[in-house]
Amino acid sequence: MKLKPLLIAIAGVLALPVMAQSQLTVVNFGGANGGAQKIAYFEPFEKTGAKIVQVEYNGEQAKIKAMVEAKKISWDVVEVESPDVSRGCDEGLFEKMDWSKLPPKADFVPAAVTECGVGAFVWSTVMAYNADKLKTAPVTWGDFWDTKKFPGKRGMRKGPRYNLEFALMADGVAPADIYKVLATKDGADRAFKKMTELKPNIQFWEAGAQPPQFLVAGDVTMTTAYNGRIDAAQREGKNLAITWTGGIYDLDYWVLPKGTPNKDLAMKFIAMATNPTEQAEYTKHISYGPTNNKALPKIDAKVLALLPTSAANIKTALQFNTVFWADQGEALEKRFAAWAAQ
Amino acid sequence: MSATLDMTSLAARLGRVERRKRVRAMALTLPLLVFLALTFLVPLGALLVRAVENPEVADTLVHTGKALSGWDRKTAPPDAAFSALVTDLNAIPETAQAGVLARRLNTEVSGARSLIMNTYRAKLDTASLSAAQVKETLLAQDPRWGELPYWWAIAKNNSRWTPDYLLTSLDLKRDAQGNIVRVGPEEAAFSAILLRTFSISAVVTLVCILIGYPLAYWLSTLSARKANLMMILVLLPFWTSVLVRIAAWIVLLQTNGLVNRFLMFTGLTDSPVPLLFNRLGVIIAMVHILLPFMILPLFSVMKSVPPNFVRAAVSLGSSPMAAFFRIYVPQTYPGIAAGGLLVFITSIGYYVTPALLGGAGDQMLSYYVAQYTNVEVNWGMACALGSVLLVTTLALYSVYRRFGKAELSLG
Repeated sequence: MKLKPLLIAIAGVLALPVMAQSQLTVVNFGGANGGAQKIAYFEPFEKTGAKIVQVEYNGEQAKIKAMVEAKKISWDVVEVESPDVSRGCDEGLFEKMDWSKLPPKADFVPAAVTECGVGAFVWSTVMAYNADKLKTAPVTWGDFWDTKKFPGKRGMRKGPRYNLEFALMADGVAPADIYKVLATKDGADRAFKKMTELKPNIQFWEAGAQPPQFLVAGDVTMTTAYNGRIDAAQREGKNLAITWTGGIYDLDYWVLPKGTPNKDLAMKFIAMATNPTEQAEYTKHISYGPTNNKALPKIDAKVLALLPTSAANIKTALQFNTVFWADQGEALEKRFAAWAAQ
Repeated sequence: MSATLDMTSLAARLGRVERRKRVRAMALTLPLLVFLALTFLVPLGALLVRAVENPEVADTLVHTGKALSGWDRKTAPPDAAFSALVTDLNAIPETAQAGVLARRLNTEVSGARSLIMNTYRAKLDTASLSAAQVKETLLAQDPRWGELPYWWAIAKNNSRWTPDYLLTSLDLKRDAQGNIVRVGPEEAAFSAILLRTFSISAVVTLVCILIGYPLAYWLSTLSARKANLMMILVLLPFWTSVLVRIAAWIVLLQTNGLVNRFLMFTGLTDSPVPLLFNRLGVIIAMVHILLPFMILPLFSVMKSVPPNFVRAAVSLGSSPMAAFFRIYVPQTYPGIAAGGLLVFITSIGYYVTPALLGGAGDQMLSYYVAQYTNVEVNWGMACALGSVLLVTTLALYSVYRRFGKAELSLG
């Protein structure tokens, strides 16, 4: 007699995969951005009847590779960073994007349209400082390197990405020429030499949550940071400020791991998440730009001014070059490790 | 005569019984051995194989490899190699395979990824062309095909096994002619990182001994009830997540954290001391996390040391200090050795603590293993670094076994 509830429980557990049919696993980076996606995309999508399971990861493509190689796909939609889109597409980790089920290609910013992924939002790596502690605002990357005019530590991401570009800008290279210069041996030498200049003053960060924390704690005078993280700190009432000059903007993408069993539902989700209305709603919760240009008229001017894609902010910005980093990334990462050991 | 016979049959019977016993013992440990083999030896073997496996180029660029076999590697490659390359690339059935090939070659020469993928996607139609014309077409498609390093990379990897990953882990490489040479200073990272890994581990072990020894001694002199209570305090950090403990250290050690405020309040320093995002922060947190591994073996050894010897020494005229260091401490060597080995080997594999509390120059080898696994998705390199770590650790352990004279062993 007592076995009965147990049997029911077991039957319930066994039935789970059957019920999971209308369940979609969406993987993102969590944090403030995950929260904004939840409000703007997940909750409206769940109203259509499907359940969304949100999983957080840290951008490890190895996890997708392991799933695809084992043919056991438990992730349906994944947010990936730009270098991983083309690389994963080339190596057969992602499904080809079915553009017939999405808003028209012409509506998107050009970089958002790729073979395997569709742009989810535009974000930027920028210079940030604590406006309570710094009376004169830094204007250029030259100021970031100027430890006499602005004494104190500088926060920078651990690794060569963004930092080498910023170093060249501080050394006087125009944003348009950065990747041309960096691709040469002399250019890379020049960037690392400039990094060495600042080395004693650099405090490296590992996670995106650290830079605003460094600024608030007073550990650093200025730092590089993801603009959305600074925005999230501002919403909490911290007086942090952004210098948009020479920021590096980039897109994150939605992709489908190869062999996902929920492809139809996944495409429906991506279609909704690239819809103008939903994208406009998303920008209210975190200051990352929409990829669908039709969303722009729906965003009010105050919110628009905080986005990396607004006319004023994008004017002096540099677009992150994924082809360059796909080619040179591994060698430069290694050189950075050697540089850090010196 | 018969007595000898009896002796031999007795010996034989005894031998049989012994053997049966051994078989039974083996049968009892069999599940454990199978478990160990499946969860430990097989993955370890796979790791070592991945570190030298190199199928990407040899499997796809078959004809190119043959065409390059007689090449002197100083002048431009033969025209046949260009046409063989186009044939091979066109024969790749799936983009995924081309992507894997491009990734492999890109680890050798930066830029090979886009070069291979662009040429593969172009699907050049060269069926009716001569080898020299194919070369021209290829150079027109991407002039980088005229640069030798790309061809060196293809020629070098025309074998299913490669020493390159392991060589790179030791800051060595094969040059175009196949000679093993040291890499340039801006590429040489891993020997410094390996050295750093061992030096951080050694310092952590030493500090753990210096802090753990007096504490364990004090615990061993307490009554059982008090010792148990204190032991719970020692073990308490064990039950807290490592990440929580690291976050706690960040709060304590930051520029305006408790420690710095205390130092400034007492007037020991005028300005905050940098305790975080450098070597010091890493060592402080690692010592805190690993201290129980030192105290537990020390405590158990110290509990078994009879107090009579020290008393006898003192009663025979030794000073208490001399008696402690010459009679007591030598009896606790097995505990120091066991604790030291445990702490040292555990800290060699540390990853999260240095990643969150250290600067760019304080990362240990595991950080780069994780980077190659997760970010670069270059598993050959990750496995090679893992193998180097494994081999050096085993070598250190065998040195310890040889000179340590302690009866502790791990296998």
